Amino acid sequence: MSDSSNFNKDSIQNVIVIALVVCLFCAIVVAGSAVALKERRVENKALDKSKNVLIAAGLFEEGVTKVEDINTLFARFEPRVVDLRTKQLLSEAEVATVEQQLEISFLDYDQRKAAKDPALSSALTDLEDIASINRREHYSLIYLLRSESGIDRIVLPVHGYGLWSTLYGFLALEADGNTVSGITFYEHAETAGLGGEVDNPAWKAKWPGKQIYADHGGVAMRVIKGAVDPNAAESVHQVDGLSGATLTSNGVSNMIAYWLGDDGYGPVLGSISG
Amino acid sequence: MSNVKEILLNPIFNNNPIGLQILGICSALAVTTQMSVAAVMCIALTVVCAFSNFFISLIRARIPSSIRIIVQMTIIASLVIVVDQILGAVAYDISKQLTVFVGLIITNCIVMGRAEAFAMQNPPGLSFLDGLGNGLGYSAVLMSVAAIREFFGSGSLFGVEVLPLVTQGGWYTPMGLMLLPPSAFFIIGLLIWALRAWKKDQVEAPEYQIGQHTAMSHS
Repeated sequence: MSDSSNFNKDSIQNVIVIALVVCLFCAIVVAGSAVALKERRVENKALDKSKNVLIAAGLFEEGVTKVEDINTLFARFEPRVVDLRTKQLLSEAEVATVEQQLEISFLDYDQRKAAKDPALSSALTDLEDIASINRREHYSLIYLLRSESGIDRIVLPVHGYGLWSTLYGFLALEADGNTVSGITFYEHAETAGLGGEVDNPAWKAKWPGKQIYADHGGVAMRVIKGAVDPNAAESVHQVDGLSGATLTSNGVSNMIAYWLGDDGYGPVLGSISG
Repeated sequence: MSNVKEILLNPIFNNNPIGLQILGICSALAVTTQMSVAAVMCIALTVVCAFSNFFISLIRARIPSSIRIIVQMTIIASLVIVVDQILGAVAYDISKQLTVFVGLIITNCIVMGRAEAFAMQNPPGLSFLDGLGNGLGYSAVLMSVAAIREFFGSGSLFGVEVLPLVTQGGWYTPMGLMLLPPSAFFIIGLLIWALRAWKKDQVEAPEYQIGQHTAMSHS
């Protein structure tokens, strides 16, 4: 092989050798980097999630970037498992049973993956699927913030389809299970500057204080087209639409309607807030 | 030495991958709404382009021509995965915004184009510089487009507010079009026009002549 005059790079032998060597080498590099960086990536993901729970609950302050600070704040929340089929908040014993039966752990429960797993989710009919999510997970991990006087905040994971993508986020409610305390999205692929404005702090600031449920009990909260008339009776249930992003705005409305309705957390909220 | 300089700097104006070679347009449309995101994309592409050129050039004498494209692809794809992993580990927020576009560097014509056109014929050192130069040429266009789109579309540069927006109590009503992909088409078109007006040798000869007795021939 060292004799270049005899070396034929197009021989079948060389084709196979090069293909194998290149594949092997690349596989080692890719696998090596994936393993070496996995811990940091998983950490980042978990941190991002905790951060978003904090943002939704209004506990996150700009500038808090230290991992320990976020974790300390997040530790104040009590994660609880909701069975979305029976609309029950599971007790510790029930959680243990579920974990054993399904061989999962809620400590590292990936709810988004679960929503796609046939064993952990169920398909929705067109009629039920207001938020266009196709499947809904059986178990949802919600976060409760307790203070001395009882429950202070209820943070619910929500998701729904906008224009281009599914928006994933958290909605935080006050103790009454009706007043919004905050909303945030941690993943979406809406158009930056239009639908992407769901991330705009100025828009998110319009949410706290709004009421989810109408007096008769149905979900009344929605994102309307245009600006909210503060004098209208309905204004307490309405948030300004995002200009140029009607479909994303509708997606957010549908998401709220689904997740806080009778198919979503609606019935559970009653039992939490008492 | 002038050769080295030429290889590194030529792709920026004289032989720009987007401006002259018209490669890599898709990502130039997709990731240029914000300068910070575009900057990370530029760094990622430059790194991938330089190193893929380097590694491909290193084994160019042994790559059988029958499987050369797939060998190039394998090397490029591996580099892209590594870059994606590193971004996820060190710049999580930005990697979230870039979503699929880092992965799509694999299909970016600039990387493949340079591997096939340059790295297969030239030594590793020069190939590395060629990759670097083309990455910079791509970056120059991407950053200009991103600067224009972010400035007029969001009133800011690198996320720092320059024009106070109406939605935040200022006076500037952002141009929504700037945030949509078609605006990048217009801007890139105008940039290419400007570039060719400045460097006339980049103008291509027309592929056909408009015949007589047509509406256009009378004008």
